[in-house]
Formats: sequence, C-alpha cells, structure tokens
Amino acid sequence: MFDWDWAFTLEILPRLLEATLNTLIAAGAGYVIAVFLGLAFALAQRTPFRALTLGVREAVEFIRSTPLVLQIFFVFFVGPQFGVTLSPWTAGMIAIGLHYSAYLSEVYRGGIESVPKGQWEAAAALSLSTRDTYFRIIIPQALPPSLAGMGNYLVGIFKDTPMLSVIGVAELMHTANAIGSENYRYLEPYTMVGIIFLCISLPAAAMVRSFEAWVRRKLGLS
Amino acid sequence: MSYTEFLAEHGPRLLDGTLVTAAQFFLATALAIAVALVMGLMKLSDNWLLKGVSVVYIEIFRGTSLLVQLYWIFFVLPLFGVTLEKFTAGFVAVGMNLGAYGAELVRGGILAVPKGQWEAAYSLSMSPARRMWRIILPQALLNMLPAWGNLLIELLKGTALVALISVADLMFEARQVNSATYLSAQTFGTALIIYYVFSRFLITPFMRWLELVMRRKMGRA
Amino acid sequence: MEDLSRFPLRLEGPDAPMVRFDHVTKRYGDLVVLEDFCLDVAEGEMVTVIGPSGSGKTTVLRILMLERIQEGVIYVDGAPISHMEKKGRLVPASERYLRRAREPIGMCFQHFNLFPHMTAIQNCMEGPVQVLGLSRQDARERAEELLEMVGMIEKKDEHPSRLSGGQQQRVAIARALAMRPKVMLFDEVTSALDPEVIGEVTEVIRKLVHEHRLTMLMVTHQMGFAADISDRVCFFYGGRIEEQGTPEELFGNPQKERTQQFLSAVKSAG
Repeated sequence: MFDWDWAFTLEILPRLLEATLNTLIAAGAGYVIAVFLGLAFALAQRTPFRALTLGVREAVEFIRSTPLVLQIFFVFFVGPQFGVTLSPWTAGMIAIGLHYSAYLSEVYRGGIESVPKGQWEAAAALSLSTRDTYFRIIIPQALPPSLAGMGNYLVGIFKDTPMLSVIGVAELMHTANAIGSENYRYLEPYTMVGIIFLCISLPAAAMVRSFEAWVRRKLGLS
Repeated sequence: MSYTEFLAEHGPRLLDGTLVTAAQFFLATALAIAVALVMGLMKLSDNWLLKGVSVVYIEIFRGTSLLVQLYWIFFVLPLFGVTLEKFTAGFVAVGMNLGAYGAELVRGGILAVPKGQWEAAYSLSMSPARRMWRIILPQALLNMLPAWGNLLIELLKGTALVALISVADLMFEARQVNSATYLSAQTFGTALIIYYVFSRFLITPFMRWLELVMRRKMGRA
Repeated sequence: MEDLSRFPLRLEGPDAPMVRFDHVTKRYGDLVVLEDFCLDVAEGEMVTVIGPSGSGKTTVLRILMLERIQEGVIYVDGAPISHMEKKGRLVPASERYLRRAREPIGMCFQHFNLFPHMTAIQNCMEGPVQVLGLSRQDARERAEELLEMVGMIEKKDEHPSRLSGGQQQRVAIARALAMRPKVMLFDEVTSALDPEVIGEVTEVIRKLVHEHRLTMLMVTHQMGFAADISDRVCFFYGGRIEEQGTPEELFGNPQKERTQQFLSAVKSAG
C-alpha cells in the first residue's frame, strides 16, 4: 500500500530537528511581542478616552477576524511598496505577534473583568494610585484566570508558525516542503512534521494546565 | 492608478475568489458540525473504544497545524490510495480540523446541562438516544452557540490556507493580483476587508440571530 | 455650571466639624439618590445611619470614599475633598487631588474586599508601604499591632480564603486602620456575616469607640448595636435625613411617623 522509508526518515531527521528549533524561536519571539502588545491593547481599552477605546476595540476585532496568512503577506509585501523592505523573519514576527496580541488582549480583558468590583473599591479606600491598583491588586488577580487562555495561545502560536513558510521563513513546514521537492517524497517529511508538532504541543498543553494550577495554589486562590 | 480604477480592473477577480471562499466556508462548516457532533458524543460514551477513537482524533487534529493537515491530506493521502481533488481536500481538511475543536464544545455544552435534566428524562423512561436528542442536545446547543460563533470565524480564516494548494479562493486570487500588479496594499488590503466584512457583518450577526431564535424557542428569552 | 462661591474654601475654627456634607446632591443618571443633603460629624463622634434599603444611606459613605457628587461640597478635616482650590475658587477635584484628599478616610465593606492574593498581614501592609511610603519594617510592626488588637495575630500569614467571614472582616478593619485614618466608614460590615460571628466584629468596633478618638460613620441594620455605641443616630428616608438624635431620643421617643413605622417594623422582625 505504501512504503515508509526508514533510512530516508533518519537522513532527514537532523534537518527537521534544526528547523524545529527555528519554529520554537519564531513562536517564542512572536509570543513575547503578543504578551506585551496585548496588555497595551487591553489597557488602552480601559482609558477614559472614548475615541482611543473604540479605535483599539475595532482594531482588535479586525485583526481577530481576518486570516493570519493574509496578514503575513500584507506585512511582508506592503513594506517594499513604500520603500521599506522587511526580512521574512521580521515581517513574520510582526504579523504573528500582532495577530496574537489581539487574542491576548481579549484574554486579559476577560481576566480584568473577572476581578470583583469590591477589589477596585478596596484599593480606592486605601488611596492606592491607578498604577499600584493595576499592578499590585488587579493584575495579580486577573492573571490566574487568564493563564489558561495565555497558555492555549502559546500553543496556538506554535501551531500557526507553519504559515510563516509562505514568505520563506525556514521553519519546519518550509523545510519539509524543501525536502519533499528535492526528493519527490512527501510521505516522510510531512508525517514527521505532524509527529513533531504532536510531540511538542500535547506535553505543552499539559504543562500549561499544571502551571495554572500551581500559580493558583501559590497565590492562595484555591 | 486610483483605488477605484484598481477595483474596476481587479474587483471581479477578487469577487470570484470570494465566492469560492464562501463555498469552502459552507462545506467546511457542514463537515465540522457533523464531525463535532459525532466526536463529541463519542468522547462522552462509556464504551472505551468509541471514547478512545474520539480522543485520538481530537488530540491529533488539535495537536498539529491545519496547514500540516492540509498538506498531508492533499499530498500524502494519495499514497494510501485516497486521492482528493484540491477543492475537496481544502474543505475536508478545514472541516475536520475545526470539527475537532467543535467536538470539545459539544462535549462541554452537554456536560453543562444540569444533572436534574438527565434525571428528569430518565424518570420519564426515555431511551438514552431519545433523551440525548430531545432533552439534552437542544439545551447543550444553546449553551455552546456563543462559542460556535467564534469557531466559525476561525473556520473562515482557516479556509484562506486552501490557497496554498491552489484552490482559487479569495486568498489565492489576491496573491495572483499582487504578483501581476505589485499593488500590495490595495490587493491584500481589499482582501482583508472582505474577510472582515464576512465575519463581522455576516457570521457574527447571523449567530446572534440564531441564538435569539433558539432562546425564544426554548422560552429563555 | 454650579455657583460654588457660596461655599468656603476651608472650614476653620474650633467648631469646625471633622466631616461636613454641604448641600450635596448625588444622582445616578436620572435617579436622584441624595438631594440637598447636609450633615456635620464632629471630631471623635460616632454617627450611625439607619433606614430602609434604597433610602440612600450607603450612598452617604460611598460619596466620601468612592464616588463623585453632582452638587454641593464635602469637607473632611477642614479641607474640601469633592473640590479643590484653584486661584481662590473651588473647582471640581482632579483624580489625583481626590485620592490625596481621601487619604485620611478609611473604609470597611459589607463583603470585606480583602485582596485574595495577599496574606492577612500583607493586606494590612499594602497601603502603608505603597501609599504612605512606610518602610516594610515599620509597616509590619504597625500591622502586627493592629492584627493583635482585632485578635487576628495568630492568622496573620493566612490567605483570606482560609479565614471565616468574621475573621476576614476583622482583618479588613485592621487594614483600614493601618492607614491611620481620621475618619472611619463602616458600610454594613455585619450584614454578610453568619449570626454567630457578628459579635466578634461588633466587639472590635466597640473597642475602637472606647479606646480611640476616631470619627466614625456607620451604616447598619443592627439597631441594638447602633443604640449601644452611637453618639447620634440618623434615620434616612427617601434620600434625606428624616429624623436624628441621640440613641435615647431616636429609639426611645421617635417624633416622625415614618421613623416610628420603620422602628416597629424592625422590632417585629426580631
């Protein structure tokens, strides 16, 4: 029915593992951008400036409801049209970071809204500054309910990195494509890519869950 | 070239692509719903074999990327004697992938139905199938509708990947126009706006409306 | 724009009250909760506000600590807190001014509102360290002293989720006191508690009344407790004070019909 070539598999494994490292770097870098930019988006939606709040809200909606792969093309190709050339890596990190910051801002927003009103009042009763109220009272409590979502999107960003192959970032999918077209064999490279993804994302998802439980215990919330 | 001229010249192509995207969206949605129901119910089954199959399915499709699955279905599956035409391979991959996420929603929605409802149905001597279909599923559906709204937007975004196996959808046509004109901002910008309008002004309002109708029907308005 | 020139910039002199509500109006949208409300609380005085729910009594505390008013001026310790002085005139207070002006006020809530991610002693140190700028050592000593006073020193390293309601409320009182307030607000602090632990909280408040010269404003449903420890009781009805007096006067010989109705309804409810 089909012939799985073990020798070929072993031969391409080092190349795939090297590309896995690139995939992890891309996911990590994109995530770091998303974590901070997402917080900025979430906090911007809580300012009293209505225009800013609505503008950011709409931008988040826009980013969330359009395809990441199209956004990657947009960032990569629009720059040169106006004389700014971005490397595939830079364009990819901007696109994927921006995309996930929209998702993370929603996670943070949900977390912040889950903190009871009484906590804001208690902070006000102690005359805490707005900054202290956010960073010492509200965010520490908004974090545990946000952790599950944050963790899921870390795994999510990892699973979306193959889209970076379309602009030539040398991650796993791109490497598998290259191997396939060099050797006219797609069975092993594509299957191995699937297995590598499973081997990373399943334990990662489990770790996210236990980390969340650990933080909750640590903060005395359960 | 002004934007109106751009639209006059390339708009029809993008529109053709949009129709293909819409077809991919509807077919993949139908498949995703079917897969979600079957796998979600199987995961709740007491039969370890059914449960095991659904767990493996869900974990594989949620644990790897849609793009990997799409390539695998299109390029590798033929080696097993199953050759799918690219249009079919496209919506099958998207539907099977999002169906795995939907299965978890089905499962969660069913588990959120209060225990008293199961007991009440049992006390009326309903068969398990009838109980599920008549009593539990309708309530579960209402529980999970808001989450399905988000899932369908993810599904629409997922269809953009079929362009990478040369299905002539909106994404594909946008790339074609871009490489012909190098007007990237206009081309990709227009495509982004079409996707946005699709999800924000068609999918979201439709799901809201559906929820309202369901709510009314079940006397929970 | 409201004419504020009739309000003094500061309250001075030996007769100046610790808290003054000067013709205050508070609205939520179209709903008027307080209208043209006036009340003075002298230094060291314990004033209790009673009344049916929805009468606006909790709002009296909330506008001191948490919310803005639409008309009138509120003074605390001589200075306006709802407004600030600018070029010899009163203008609505900025957020920053508001926060500073409210520093001499402490507040305890019906639902305690302890910070769940901090232990009892961390809750009590938060304000002194972050707002008053105390060293951690000084803040810790102050917190321990106060937790000792409310009888919670043994539980100082517990998180709120491990404490009973009565214990949480005692920690909340210590947390408010750690800011060394001149005015303390108690907003139905026993309403969310099981009957058997109400006593431990009222005991702490009683101790405060007897041993410290704190100005206190309390909203409560517990008439017996109010009668016991208040210098003055105000009966609230429809957004204003219907009747006020010493506990003996108000509970013993109420003059207004609404007061009599309310008190007899409360009495028959037990």
